[in-house]
Amino acid sequence: MSILDFFFPKKPATAAVAKERLQIVLAHERASRDGADFLPLMKKELLAVVAKYVAVKEDMIRVRLGRDGSASILKINVEFESPRRTARAMGA
Amino acid sequence: MGSISSKKPGQVIVVTSGKGGVGKTTTSAAIAAGLALRGHKTVVIDFDVGLRNLDLVMGCERRVVFDFINVLNGDAKLNQALIRDKRLETLYVFPTSQTRDKDALKSEGVASVMAELRDGFDYVVCDSPAGIERGALTALYHADSAVIVTNPEVSSVRDSDRILGILAAKSRRAELNQEPVKEHLLLTRYSADRVANGEMLSVDDVKEILSIPILGVIPESESVLKASNTGTPVILDETSPAGRAYDDAVARFLGEQREMRFVVPARKSLFRTIFGRA
Repeated sequence: MSILDFFFPKKPATAAVAKERLQIVLAHERASRDGADFLPLMKKELLAVVAKYVAVKEDMIRVRLGRDGSASILKINVEFESPRRTARAMGA
Repeated sequence: MGSISSKKPGQVIVVTSGKGGVGKTTTSAAIAAGLALRGHKTVVIDFDVGLRNLDLVMGCERRVVFDFINVLNGDAKLNQALIRDKRLETLYVFPTSQTRDKDALKSEGVASVMAELRDGFDYVVCDSPAGIERGALTALYHADSAVIVTNPEVSSVRDSDRILGILAAKSRRAELNQEPVKEHLLLTRYSADRVANGEMLSVDDVKEILSIPILGVIPESESVLKASNTGTPVILDETSPAGRAYDDAVARFLGEQREMRFVVPARKSLFRTIFGRA
């Protein structure tokens, strides 16, 4: 650290911001690109299976295809109400 | 090298990027000249129909008689349209047409021209237009390998990613279920100083985001403009950093191991050593 850095602190590195923004936007774009064929159907089938055991609605399941380096990652996110409330709801 | 008949079919290399102005034509000229310098019989083709420029960068603009479209329409033979480079015996330029007809590149015609070029040359370098329209798709369709020219900047990296997706889905190799097009990342207009200051994406950043192997890093260099001013492929300027970096890239393309140069800032001046920045 030089004396100039003390008086005029450096601005945060913008390259890191660029990298992060790119990684986010490309994850989205790759997901819609690679997954256009089978993702909607898979989502529907997954929903049918999950719905057999817990009460879920269509907007509670999210399926995303991402990439980490050379590996593809399939992220399935299912939200449902807590089991007790679900059980009560189903019992009613 | 540079044999004529009964040789194995030549390799088709597309130089592409999606984004415009990143250095595709400069790179096409440099790589083609670099391959020819090593004795390989090489042709470089301009696929940017309507916006012909490779001829200027190669310095043969006054020798264009027939062009790509003339050959496709049967108005000229292929060898009438090929321009032999005045500096390198094994280098040829195949200029494009200035026509405004965007559908002039008919795919069947292009396929037979490409087949003929594969038979006659060791390397066929295709200079792609920017964008993802017909010209760009035609340029990448026949490729065996691709050089993805990218600037260390967000829009260029994003467009390169898009082009990589298209290469994987729409190339001839993809359609025929063959081994995929070999991808090479070429970073151009790189400034090691700005990377060191955290103002520019680094080689490793771009490599990580696009996850393809790196062929070379071309530093931002005054010699690129000087070379295009005079119609000389920059690789022929052995004194320039960009020329040397392109030479490294061509050597790596041919399988040589070469250490990456120009990726760390040049030695600092006394002023910068004392004050820590300039």
